[in-house]
Amino acid sequence: MDISGEKSVKSLKAVMGLLTLCVPFFSFAQSAAERSDLNLRRGVTDISDQVYGLHMLMFWICVVIAVIVFGVMFIAMLKHRKSKGHAPANFHENVKVEIAWTVVPFIILIVMAVPAASTLMDMEDVSKPDLSIEVTGSQWKWHYKYMDREVEFFSLLASQREQIENKFPKGENYLLEVDRPLVIPTGQKVRFLITSDDVIHSWWVPDFAVKKDANPGFINEAWTRVNEPGVYRGQCAELCGKDHGFMPIVVIAKEPAEFDRWIDEQERIAQEKRAEEERLLAMNMSKEELMASGEQIYNSVCAACHQPSGEGLPGAFPALKGSAFILNDRQGHIDVVVNGRAGTAMQAFSKQLSMSEIAAVVTYTRNAWGNNTDDLVQAKDVNDLIQGK
Amino acid sequence: MATVTNTPADTHTADHGHDDHHHGAPKGILRWVLTTNHKDIGTLYLWFAFIMFLVGGAMAMVIRAELFQPGLQIVDPNFFNQMTTVHGLIMVFGAVMPAFTGLANWLVPMMIGAPDMALPRMNNWSFWILPFAFLILLSSLFLEGGGPNFGWTFYAPLSTTYSGDSTALFVFSVHIMGISSIMGAINVIVTILNMRAPGMTLMKMPMFVWTWLITAFLLIAVMPVLAAAVTMVLTDKFFGTSFFDAAGGGDPVMFQHIFWFFGHPEVYIMILPAFGIISQIVPTFSRKKLFGYASMVYATASIALLSFIVWAHHMFTTGMPVGAEMFFMFATMLISVPTGVKVFNWVATMWRGSLTFEIPMMFAIAFIVLFTIGGLSGLMLAITPVDFQYHDTYFVVAHFHYVLVTGAVFSIMAAVYYWLPKWTGKMFDVTLAKWHFWCSLISVNVLFFPMHFVGLAGMPRRIPDYALQFADFNKWISIGGFAFGLSQLIFLVLIVKACRKQGEPVTDQVWEGAEGLEWEIPSPAPYHTFDTPPVVK
Repeated sequence: MDISGEKSVKSLKAVMGLLTLCVPFFSFAQSAAERSDLNLRRGVTDISDQVYGLHMLMFWICVVIAVIVFGVMFIAMLKHRKSKGHAPANFHENVKVEIAWTVVPFIILIVMAVPAASTLMDMEDVSKPDLSIEVTGSQWKWHYKYMDREVEFFSLLASQREQIENKFPKGENYLLEVDRPLVIPTGQKVRFLITSDDVIHSWWVPDFAVKKDANPGFINEAWTRVNEPGVYRGQCAELCGKDHGFMPIVVIAKEPAEFDRWIDEQERIAQEKRAEEERLLAMNMSKEELMASGEQIYNSVCAACHQPSGEGLPGAFPALKGSAFILNDRQGHIDVVVNGRAGTAMQAFSKQLSMSEIAAVVTYTRNAWGNNTDDLVQAKDVNDLIQGK
Repeated sequence: MATVTNTPADTHTADHGHDDHHHGAPKGILRWVLTTNHKDIGTLYLWFAFIMFLVGGAMAMVIRAELFQPGLQIVDPNFFNQMTTVHGLIMVFGAVMPAFTGLANWLVPMMIGAPDMALPRMNNWSFWILPFAFLILLSSLFLEGGGPNFGWTFYAPLSTTYSGDSTALFVFSVHIMGISSIMGAINVIVTILNMRAPGMTLMKMPMFVWTWLITAFLLIAVMPVLAAAVTMVLTDKFFGTSFFDAAGGGDPVMFQHIFWFFGHPEVYIMILPAFGIISQIVPTFSRKKLFGYASMVYATASIALLSFIVWAHHMFTTGMPVGAEMFFMFATMLISVPTGVKVFNWVATMWRGSLTFEIPMMFAIAFIVLFTIGGLSGLMLAITPVDFQYHDTYFVVAHFHYVLVTGAVFSIMAAVYYWLPKWTGKMFDVTLAKWHFWCSLISVNVLFFPMHFVGLAGMPRRIPDYALQFADFNKWISIGGFAFGLSQLIFLVLIVKACRKQGEPVTDQVWEGAEGLEWEIPSPAPYHTFDTPPVVK
């Protein structure tokens, strides 16, 4: 067999020539690699930087392999044509060549595997965190809870429905903005304890190179240590139902001192809110107040499933408009909103909404779209149900 | 490698007691309903696959129309999810797999010198339950609440507690598809192991037969696992079990382990026959033997074995122990060795051949280049730390469409162009075929290549609306998609013309460099071939 010898020196030269021709392409690709709309982001953590490095290493190895393999093939396609009178050679099976093209890729794999394994070990080492945050996904929002602090809140998409429906112009951070971003300190090891209340979600912030599934009934761990203050945006990465595309993640990294001030402030606000809630229990709101605030809450919390018209999506989410259950069972209605309905997508909203908010939204749904029950539900009624009275 | 000593013409005129075999095909619609002839059933499978390819493609058009620009314009998110789900199911189970089964039906008996498949009645049954499976699946789209909307991977609990009632129909249709595949696989194995012509040892079989034999074993191994997965989804949803519900002691991640234990070999079920096709076509148009026949066989077998120990690379973000992540990363990387051997073999076969570029060869070359691109992005995806960034983004969508569309689908088109003249006896319309090739080649890359960019830039898959930074590329992707969809109508016209037997008659060998038993029988292939087995030296 004569793959070797003078002919192969010639073809080697041809491959090298082809490689030289590719130099402008390489430099173009190198500059394109820095563009965030074409390539992975380098991110803002040591880990994300390592991941970016691995990605580029893999990319260039793949490019070189492709250029060599396709180069040989294109030379054959150009030179070894029947139309150029090229007679077919008769070689086949060569143990040396076949061993070479098995062993060489194997060695390349080892070159890739060693740095990959070491980065992976670092990424999975969640020990000794400075701060732990519980991240809970549910359809279709995130809930953050700072462990050892009295601070927890939901984080929902802030882009308006009218923007999604093309009625309002879309802002710069369309679909990547939330009402309450997660705030973390820079320079500290922040551990995320990730879980879900319903289906599987996946918490992903590309700039941290953190993506971890939120599995219902199980807790996953991930960590990051952010080097630069800033606003970092991500999205849910695992298909989680209808509004999977509408549950973004926004993380603000602040200097530790600033973060401490922020979290103290949040704790104070949370305490004030609880006091306010107590106060509201004794107060009755007017129907106009309840309906106005209820409509607002309904549209931001309930309308994704039950639709702004209250008609639901037949077969998937039940209609509230004209629902016999709502019209006839006031206590049952409050109970479903407070405690959810097991085995369905209806969540327990007592965690997300205050008692006065639940009262308002229940009043709204009992009186909107021709559901004219004329019932008013007050925060006290919700409290009574929760207290089991 | 295989040479026939007594010519098919001899065997054809030989005297037979049971001469009812020797009338041509029966007439009328019942011919197709009652047929047990491997060629008829192959034709049925191929037409069914092509129709499903167009139906699933129409769904892709809906997806790309919605994603043409940011915002919701055409469909609501729930219907969008149904489109992505059913598009995936139809393309995997309705288009690619039946097309390969159709090719196996047509070709395996002709390549090994057998008169038909070993189990002809089961062959009829395994085809004819398929249209019902897909009617059930498609009908679910018209039910209240719509069809399956949880992705073709149907992860629990989205597919159990949180799914609509049409899940029952989805489960039933997947069961039927599975039964059909298993019966088809049994038929292929029994035919290949028992019905080879005298002298046709295993190591003389054409590569297409080898790859299908190995594929058939994969099918038998993993389709029951899929059946188990859908059954558990069914009982979790309707009968109160808790296989995948932590509240009842189950585990949603276990679903993914079970699904991908099926799913990863399934990926190779859709690509090994493609390797076989390319290994038939490249030597023909290089006028040179396949460089390493034995190493191709061993590489195929190695890929099949490795496919059973890499499933969790689809699940790196589910929170596995770091040791498991390492194992699945290294095992996955290993697959690139036998896959590389295949690509090197094809290139070495072309090297110093006497190349011509007829349509099948053009598709085969496009396959080698574009499949390799998909393979290389697969190697990148194997690296766990980086996979955390790629996982569930458009980078993955780009990867698997390169291996499945420009890989599996291009190989099927190559195969159809390669063997169509043998089936019809006429050369297809070469001008149309060239249009089909170039339009497909350009549009498919406009369609799938920019997906790498939007994926790396952070666009998740399976979303009906996206941030503004992804708008420009998505527009191009959609334009490429529409163009690729339209290009397939050229193929449809070409196939219809070929089925009406238009075109120049071809010789028995059809292609100058073609070797193998199927090229030694007349063109078009008679309704019954090899009633008396040929003897292979």
